[in-house]
Amino acid sequence: MSTLYFTTDHEWIRVEDGVGTVGITDYAQQQLGDIVFVELPEAGRQAEKGGEIAVVESVKAASEVYAPVTGEIVEANAALVESPAAVNESPGEDGWFFKIKIANPAELDEMMDQAAYDEFVAGLD
Amino acid sequence: MTDAPESLKTTALHALHRELGARMVPFAGYDMPVQYPAGIMKEHLHTREAASLFDVSHMGQGFLTASGGTNVAAALESLVPGDLVGLDAGQTRYTLLLNETGGILDDLMVTRAADDSWPGAVFLVVNAACKDADFAHIAEGLSGQATLTRAEDRSLLALQGPQAATALARLDPAAATQSFMTVRKATIDGHDCFVSRSGYTGEDGYEISVASDGAEALARRLLQEPEVAPAGLGARDTLRLEAGLCLYGSDIDTETTPIEAALTWVIGKRRRTDGGFPGADRILQQLQDGPPRRRVGLKPEGRAPARAHTVITDEAGTLIGEVTSGGHGPTVGGPIAMGYVDVAHAKAGTACNLVIRDRPVRAEIVKLPFVPLRYYRG
Repeated sequence: MSTLYFTTDHEWIRVEDGVGTVGITDYAQQQLGDIVFVELPEAGRQAEKGGEIAVVESVKAASEVYAPVTGEIVEANAALVESPAAVNESPGEDGWFFKIKIANPAELDEMMDQAAYDEFVAGLD
Repeated sequence: MTDAPESLKTTALHALHRELGARMVPFAGYDMPVQYPAGIMKEHLHTREAASLFDVSHMGQGFLTASGGTNVAAALESLVPGDLVGLDAGQTRYTLLLNETGGILDDLMVTRAADDSWPGAVFLVVNAACKDADFAHIAEGLSGQATLTRAEDRSLLALQGPQAATALARLDPAAATQSFMTVRKATIDGHDCFVSRSGYTGEDGYEISVASDGAEALARRLLQEPEVAPAGLGARDTLRLEAGLCLYGSDIDTETTPIEAALTWVIGKRRRTDGGFPGADRILQQLQDGPPRRRVGLKPEGRAPARAHTVITDEAGTLIGEVTSGGHGPTVGGPIAMGYVDVAHAKAGTACNLVIRDRPVRAEIVKLPFVPLRYYRG
């Protein structure tokens, strides 16, 4: 059983057995436009909640991706290096960025669930 | 649907952009479409395969009228290095407004009127961000010789792509065989226009000047043609970068000379001998001795785009220059950039490094453009 959380930086984290899979939301990929490059963290790297952990570049500009939680990177989505457009096509599934072993599960409590995130996005337009 | 922020100006096509679902951004004081729902990538590729319509009405249009018996083209040569006296009636030249040290104030299109029915002897199109300064500079520089009238009531539509001629010729048959870099008067779907065969995408195409009260109707008519789709400023930027064309304020500015910018070709043959343009001493000296640095194309390895201001080093890590424009080239299918490097490293084939997020990425100096230019050569 996995649980899905969202950040105000438009990242999602799907948590299962203490490991979170992280990506950017559909709203984020729409705002960025055509994604042409993704730079991902290496496995073993220590991430701090809110710290820069990856880079996503659209045709127009580069944007930082922030670690939604503190923990250790256990895997990056190598397929994105050759196929960055997967982030546009499937932001919530194939377009995941990395998996992180969550150090402090209490950090998840501050995040939004799907309904709260949808409301948050609706308030942005 | 929301209105443009109050501080921004709008073009005559503003409501149409909104209707088409454009994402609007501030650009040179205007609320402009950066992209439509298709997105920059598709808009770019459509321009290279078919034809795209761009609103470039934010650019400055103006006419110069002679005072007394002045030859306006000859007078304007005091501000630019191009051979304007040699222009045929209706012919256009790309040229540069220069300052006293040979730096570039703006790049612009200068067209000699085809006949006396035009509103002036010379038609000018300048960049949006520079237009107030440009027109003040030109009016002052030609004071007593010519009068500048800004065409504030005109819009400018760019129709660009290999099928632009097919699409426009249905409404304006003479467009099919119009020569590259000429302007002629035409009536398109009832609208009186100045039709230029030129553009800034590297493709064949047209820039159409039309009275603003008819601009939206003309744009809608052109969009009805099956080849034509709307494209925004995002695609315009990737298209001009692939075509190796300079963006004023990024690739050229008051700190760059035409020689450094690899725009030596804009200096007319007669003017290389006679001078008589601002900064001629420095520019002709650089022409003879070579400039200290030169604008070049850069092809990074891998997929990471190198954006403007990325540092360029030689293979040993010594600073040799800086990227001025860079990103992803949709037709090239990877990252491309332009920048200035010390002249010792400017030769095509030279290896260098681009420092992206503190890490060196290997790149090669390459010849511009990145894609073949496909202008109409009749």
